[in-house]
Amino acid sequence: MNTPLVDMGGVEKSFGAARALAGVDFQLMRGTCVGLVGHNGAGKSTLMNVLSGLIRPDAGSLRIDGEDFDRGYDPATAVGHGIRCVFQELSLCPNLTVAENLRISHPSIKGFGWRKTAGKVILESLDQIFPGHGINPDSEVGDLTIARRQMVEIARAFSIVDSQVDLVILDEPTSSLDQNAAAQLVTFIREFVSGSRSVVLISHLLGEILTASDTVVVMRDGVVVAVDDTTNFDRERLVRDMGDVLVDDSGFGTRINTKIVNSDPVVTGPRENGHQLILYPGEIIGFAGLSGHGQTNALVKIFEAAQGARRAISATEPAVFVAGDRQSDGIFPLWSITRNISVSSFARLMNRFSLDFDREDDEAAGWHKKLSIRTADMKNNILSLSGGNQQKALFARALGSDAKIVLMDDPMRGVDVGTKQEVYEILTEEAALGRALIWYTTETDELKHCDRVYVFREGHIVAELSGETLTEANILSSSFEAEDV
Amino acid sequence: MSALSQLTQKPWIWAWLGAVSMWMIITGISGISAGGQVLSAAASFGTFFVIVATGQMFVITLGPGNVDLSIPACMTLSATLAMKFMNGDASLLVPGLLISLTVGLAIGTLNFLLILLLRIPPIIATLSASFLYQSTAIWSNRGLRVKPPEILGDFAVAKVLGLPVLTIVVLVLTLAMAFMLHRTPFGLSVSAIGQNIRAAKLAGIKVEKTRYLTYLMCSVLAAVCGFVLAGFSGGAALNMGEQYLLMSIAVVVIGGTSVAGGYANLTGLWGASLFMFLLVSMLNTVGLSAGFRLIVTGAIIVGVVAISGRKSSV
Amino acid sequence: MSRLLTPAMMRTLLPGLSLAALLAAIFYLQPRTMSYFGLNLLLNLAVPIALATIAQMFILCVNDLDLSLGAFISLTACITATWLNDAPLIGILALAACVAAYAALGALIHLRNLPSIVVTLGMSFVWTGIAVLVLPTPGGSAPGWIRTLMTLKPALVPFPIIAAVVIALTVHFGLMRSAAGVVLRGAGGNPKSVERAGWSMLRVKCTMFALAGFFGVLSGMALVGLTTSADANIALRYTLLSIAGGILGGGEFVGGRVSPIGAVIGAITLALAGSFLSFLRLNPDFQIGAQGVILILVLALRLLINSRGTRA
Repeated sequence: MNTPLVDMGGVEKSFGAARALAGVDFQLMRGTCVGLVGHNGAGKSTLMNVLSGLIRPDAGSLRIDGEDFDRGYDPATAVGHGIRCVFQELSLCPNLTVAENLRISHPSIKGFGWRKTAGKVILESLDQIFPGHGINPDSEVGDLTIARRQMVEIARAFSIVDSQVDLVILDEPTSSLDQNAAAQLVTFIREFVSGSRSVVLISHLLGEILTASDTVVVMRDGVVVAVDDTTNFDRERLVRDMGDVLVDDSGFGTRINTKIVNSDPVVTGPRENGHQLILYPGEIIGFAGLSGHGQTNALVKIFEAAQGARRAISATEPAVFVAGDRQSDGIFPLWSITRNISVSSFARLMNRFSLDFDREDDEAAGWHKKLSIRTADMKNNILSLSGGNQQKALFARALGSDAKIVLMDDPMRGVDVGTKQEVYEILTEEAALGRALIWYTTETDELKHCDRVYVFREGHIVAELSGETLTEANILSSSFEAEDV
Repeated sequence: MSALSQLTQKPWIWAWLGAVSMWMIITGISGISAGGQVLSAAASFGTFFVIVATGQMFVITLGPGNVDLSIPACMTLSATLAMKFMNGDASLLVPGLLISLTVGLAIGTLNFLLILLLRIPPIIATLSASFLYQSTAIWSNRGLRVKPPEILGDFAVAKVLGLPVLTIVVLVLTLAMAFMLHRTPFGLSVSAIGQNIRAAKLAGIKVEKTRYLTYLMCSVLAAVCGFVLAGFSGGAALNMGEQYLLMSIAVVVIGGTSVAGGYANLTGLWGASLFMFLLVSMLNTVGLSAGFRLIVTGAIIVGVVAISGRKSSV
Repeated sequence: MSRLLTPAMMRTLLPGLSLAALLAAIFYLQPRTMSYFGLNLLLNLAVPIALATIAQMFILCVNDLDLSLGAFISLTACITATWLNDAPLIGILALAACVAAYAALGALIHLRNLPSIVVTLGMSFVWTGIAVLVLPTPGGSAPGWIRTLMTLKPALVPFPIIAAVVIALTVHFGLMRSAAGVVLRGAGGNPKSVERAGWSMLRVKCTMFALAGFFGVLSGMALVGLTTSADANIALRYTLLSIAGGILGGGEFVGGRVSPIGAVIGAITLALAGSFLSFLRLNPDFQIGAQGVILILVLALRLLINSRGTRA
């Protein structure tokens, strides 16, 4: 009889108004690698957080190796049953050394000479997964590059001291790795699951999923929509199951020559490595590349330049910023939806001495209709909205201001397909009216709406693509050039 | 929702309930006439708490780590320099007040420069700078108590229709501050910064300008409070600001303003000011020793902070 | 920039260098201090300050700040000079209760997610209040054994130097080198990750606050050993001194980056700064202000080093 290593049934979880998991069944057999795919906000990370004990589900069952867990399932229990997790956001302590970080996740390393043991174990693990990594176990993690930190994090999860490792969950493990290291990892995963141990791999790189996994689980809007052997999947089916049309090259580079005739550039960057960032009114410019490679930073610099700060980039018109990371960059959690929209327009909404509350309400009512924000009353707290509707409020804030430059920081995270289409149309309209837009996105498909695309790597622009050169293949290859050491 | 349960939802209600119950205890012990006297005293002394706490409230609303610890030193320095300059001469009252205001502006500016340039938590900046201000006050005062001009003393204790003039003035000030807090870009910016400083920056709010104005306002209010307090208590003394450090923070927190920033409340500030004064009076009436008075005061502050906790929403 | 002078290196060296510079200046101004007795006299008060700084460092390490430390040390000094002297058992119990109270404070701050600044500010009143009750007027006397310990005259090396080295090394091995210390420091660097690994942040906070309380108690005892009597306000200035010492010694306000050896050096530097100012015949009115200026200067210097680091 073959008992699944993990057996989850009917798992549900809501965060406020947002339903992250709506009854998920998930099985995992020993000796397999399961590829878990789906869009941002589909519930993959939440499901894995339940499995690693960080989130208590609202309902559902959890069985590990046939043993039922109900209450009191926490990270320590998960670790005790051989479940390790590499999280999407880096979770090493930057103030500790590589070896010391191993001690944090492996409590059994202690006693006299623990430091030596820890150093040896992590080094062995690193050597095994990433041969030629060049990491010293005594260096402080804060001093390492992001790619090396990610290697340490992965190696740490696979390190074995005395307790068994049965399952390693990898949540976007290659997001900061170069192609070579990513390939090393895939090779290692195949080797690792050849025995009785298992891996869950979450990745938005479908090629990685198809080569590394035995089974694929597709999630959409908080439920599992497809489970099948990897051999029955190809790229096209994966994309279709995730709820998209396949990214083909047909739509790319079709938006050309939209800049307003005889206009001067509103944003001009410095020329570096033969590339220069230029933005004209009427254009939509895309920022591409792997996440965390300096795109957000560039947007913030442009924003600051527009506010009058001295930056290498110059901006001649006022700018607004549409945050993608809503919680940390966008939302004012104590305020109503209305106030969250009007915050960038206080000066415009002033009477002689005081804010004109009537006008504030009128404008908010206008956006309520135009963007069909789903709420009964715009006076409700912003947190009463679902993620996608919060994002609409942030778009309303930006478009309602009189700024000419609109900077968008991967703004479609967690937004449903219908809303996306509405927003795409509005953005195209706004550009036609003379606004200049910069759109950083991690969804390659969205770059079809752009005139030109700048690809970022390691904080710099490494390619400018437009017209015929703007293809998915070109975007990917410039994102991944081998790291020059 | 019933009117009563709506009332208990208000963050300022507890401070007022506390103030009323303290007053009832005092009146119960010492009789109604003593109760009347203590109420009148509370209206006067409470006023001083309100002035400094208003500034502190705006600072705290800027978000975690924002506290002005230089308030006592600022009060002392402003009062000392102004009283010394006037030397009891009523005709110098206006220039004296100007000196006091200048001290407030200078301290606010210096505080903010330290915060901005050294990129250190405001609490450290204002704490270290306060030692400098205190030293300057010691050096200029030399332990003497310079008498205020009589007219300033008269103003500080004057009454209209049984209400201290000062109380009326500060009530007007409070209304102006409430208007500023809830209806002007400055006040709303302070609240936005306190909720999420990064989001505020990215929403186009002038974060540094707003923070500067806030620290400036706090220091100016403290300086003016020191000036008037010197008139009220018969001169500037080196320890005159001592109790105002903790008081200003306590009054803000007990008044229902969020310690985590982003939400401020002036109604509660008044209730809490009266409460803190009446609490001390009550402890005196009951006959507790100095040690117990300190313990109870401290415990109430910690208790209120612990119960109110960090509000994620209002 | 040469490899030797990396920002990290300079941050590490800064405390030692400033101490050396200050010592040189003092020896130059007052050559008589360059002797066994001179150093003994000069460094005596550094011992309680070093202990206080270590206490503050534990709090800084978990991203909090203790504004009640001075009041707390005054209280423990009062208990040492009264109960511990008159009825040692009650004294020991009272001091143990003080440590427990600190641990409870850590638990309260963690469980209710409170700002440590406001809580400790409130607690400073409580500590002072208790101290006034324990010792209403300045007085009391130091237990003989503490007095003997603090006035030891070992051969060759003055006692304060030995004490400082012992304190620094003990805490260094406990916090920086031991397996348990790693978890405590990690909790300051990335609490979420420590919690995810199955450690209890509540226990970490309690431990760190208890350690702070313990070293606060030691500081109060050492102080009374030197002054032979106590009062309720005896150590109020230690709050600022301990923060300044911790920062001077290379600690950061957030992120769990602390250095016990640096903290002790920082504390000694600050203790010497007082003597230095009096050797300069600086107007005593400005003694307090000078401490504020020193703290500001140190922070400015640090910023300079860090910004050079980011540019390099």
